Amino acid sequence: MRAWHFSENAYHLLPDAKEYDSIRVTLPNRYYDPQIGADLYHRFIDEWLIAEELGLDIMVNEHHQTATNLNPAGPVIMGILARETQTARLLILGNPIANRREPVRVAEEMAMVDVYSRGRLEVGFVRGVPYEMSAGNHRPTRMMARFWEAYDLILKAWTSHDGPFNWEGKYFHHRQVNIWPRPYQQPHPPVWITALSPGSAQAVGERGDIVACFLTGFDGSKRVFDAYRARRAALGLAAAGLDRFAYAALVYTGETDEEGYAGARKLMWYVEANKVPFQFTSPPGYHPPAAMADALKGPASGVFKMFQNPKLESFMEHGLVFAGNPDSVYRQIVRFYEHVGGFGHLLLMGQAGFLDHQETVTGMNLFAREVYPRLKELSPAVAA
Amino acid sequence: MSRTIQARRLTLHGVPLDIYERGQGRPILVLHGEDGPCPQAPFFSLLANQGRVILPTHPGFGQAPEATDIDTVDDLAYLYLDLLDENDLRDVVVIGCSLGGWIAAEMAVKSTARLSRLVLAAPLGIKVGDRETRDIPDIFALPEEEVARLQYHDTAQGRVDYASLSDDALTVIARNREATALYAWEPYFHNPKLRQRLRRVAIPTLLVWGASDRFVTPGYYGAAYCDAIPGARLIVIDRAGHWPHLEQPEVFVERVGAFLASA
Repeated sequence: MRAWHFSENAYHLLPDAKEYDSIRVTLPNRYYDPQIGADLYHRFIDEWLIAEELGLDIMVNEHHQTATNLNPAGPVIMGILARETQTARLLILGNPIANRREPVRVAEEMAMVDVYSRGRLEVGFVRGVPYEMSAGNHRPTRMMARFWEAYDLILKAWTSHDGPFNWEGKYFHHRQVNIWPRPYQQPHPPVWITALSPGSAQAVGERGDIVACFLTGFDGSKRVFDAYRARRAALGLAAAGLDRFAYAALVYTGETDEEGYAGARKLMWYVEANKVPFQFTSPPGYHPPAAMADALKGPASGVFKMFQNPKLESFMEHGLVFAGNPDSVYRQIVRFYEHVGGFGHLLLMGQAGFLDHQETVTGMNLFAREVYPRLKELSPAVAA
Repeated sequence: MSRTIQARRLTLHGVPLDIYERGQGRPILVLHGEDGPCPQAPFFSLLANQGRVILPTHPGFGQAPEATDIDTVDDLAYLYLDLLDENDLRDVVVIGCSLGGWIAAEMAVKSTARLSRLVLAAPLGIKVGDRETRDIPDIFALPEEEVARLQYHDTAQGRVDYASLSDDALTVIARNREATALYAWEPYFHNPKLRQRLRRVAIPTLLVWGASDRFVTPGYYGAAYCDAIPGARLIVIDRAGHWPHLEQPEVFVERVGAFLASA
C-alpha cells in the first residue's frame, strides 16, 4: 500500500460560527489575515516536505471561496512541491475539470509539473463539490457530460505529438491544440478520479483509472469499489489491481489510543466547521432528483445525518476516521481493507483546524514509523 | 376540480413534449415559469373560458422527460414555434410567466407570423443594469425563505412544507429546480442580445406585473422591458408578487381578457 499525506490548508482562525451563515462561498475575506496566511502556507509546505522525508507520498487538492481550504489553484502549490521535493510521488486530487473553462490549460499545467518533477506527478480529476457551483458560477446540471468531454480533451492533448488537432465539442472549442511541453511520463501521468456513487465508479472502471473515495466509510466505499470491479467484469476487461483503489480518511496516530483520539478530535474540525446552508450544499441538478428530494425533507435525513452532528466515535465506527495507537490504527485500516475488498492507496488527511505543526508532525511520524511498514506488507505490489 | 389533469405526450421532431389542454376557441399558448406548469391552478381553468389553452411542460420540468438537445431558452423558443407550425395554429395568444415570459419574448423576436398577442407576466430575459448590478436576485445563492419573500405578496403562500409532501411531489420540485438551472444558470436568467431584439416584436403586447414583486420590480425591470417593446403597455396588479397569475388569478385573467378583447 502507498500512503499519501494530505492537508486542506485550512484557515481556522475564524470568529464564532454564530457570526456567519456559511464558511463557504459567502464568508467575507476580511476574516482572512494575509500575514497569518503566509505563515500557514509555509507551514503546510514544510509539512509536505516532512512527509517526503518520512517516506510518504504527497497529495494536494483545490477548493474555492472557502476558509476550509486555501488552495484555490492546486497546480500552483504543486508547482512549488515539484521543485522542493526529490522522490515523493505528487498527487493532485484534483483538478475540477467540469469547472475549469479551459481544459487545454489544465493539460498544459499538468504536463509542465510532470516534466519538471521528472515524472512524479499523478493527475486527479474531480467534479468539484456542490458549494463550488456558486463560487465559480458553474452550472450544476449535466456536469458529468462536461467533465468527460474535458477529460477526453486533456488526454488527447497529452497524447498527440504530431501537431495540432481540432476539437469542436459540445462544451469546448479549439482548432489548434498542440501543447508544449508534453508530459514526461508516457503515455501520460497516472489518472485518478474521485467517485462517491456506484454510477460514477462504473464510468471510472470502464476507463481503468484510479478511483478514489473520500470519507465514504465502510459501506459507501465498498459500493464504489464493487461497482468499479463489476463494471470491468461486465465489459470483459481485465480485473483491476489494488493500485486502482484509493480511500481518504482522517488519520491520527498517537503513542496511546488516548493521544490518537485527541489528535483525531482536532482533525474533526474539518467536518465540524463545515457550516454551509442548504442552497450551497444542494444546488439544483448537482444531486440526482431522488437524492435532492430526500435532502428537501430536512438536514437529518439519510447519509447527511452523521455530518450534522459529527462525533469521533461514530466516525471511527463507520470508517471515516482511523485513530489511536499504532496497533489500533493498523487494525482499523486492515478491517476497512478487508471490508471493501482491498485498496492500494491510503490518503491521509493528517492536518486540519487547530492541530498545530508539532502535533501534525508527531502523528505523521508515528504513522510512518509504526503503521506504514505493516500496511506495505498488506499489498506489497503497490508499496512505495 | 380536484381530479388530476392528465398531460398528453407527443413527440415533436424527436423531442418528447407533455401538453395540458383545456377549453376551446382561440389558441392560447401558456409558457410556465420556474415552478412548473401547475395545471391545477385556478388560473388555468379561468383562462380556459377565454379560449383553447395549451400548456406545455418545458422538457425536464415536472414529470416531463429531458431532451438531450434542448438545453437553452433559445431551444425552447424554437420548440414552441415548431409546435405552432406542426399544428397549423394561427392568431395565437402567447402568455409567459417569469422564465416562460423570457421564452415567449424569444419566440416573438424570432417570428410573430403565427402570433396575434403577447402577454408577459413579470418576464425575465433581459439585462438592464451594468455589469455590477444584479438585476435579478440570485435564487441559487439565497435561502428559500428569502426567495419567497422576494417573490410573493403573501409570503406564507410561497412557503412549502416539505415534510408534508410525497416523494413524487418532492421529486417534481427537485426536477423543476434542476431544469430552471439548466435553462437559466448562465447568463443568469437573460440573453444579453434579447433587449436590443425586442424592437422586432410587432404585435400588441401587454406586460403584467404584481405591485409587490420584489424579485424584479415593475418600476425598474418592468419599465425597461416595456420600453424595449414598441407600443407595449405595462399594468400592475395589487396584492400580487412575482406570480400575479397565481396570487390574483381572477384579476389576472380579467385583465388579460380585456386586453384580448381590445381592438
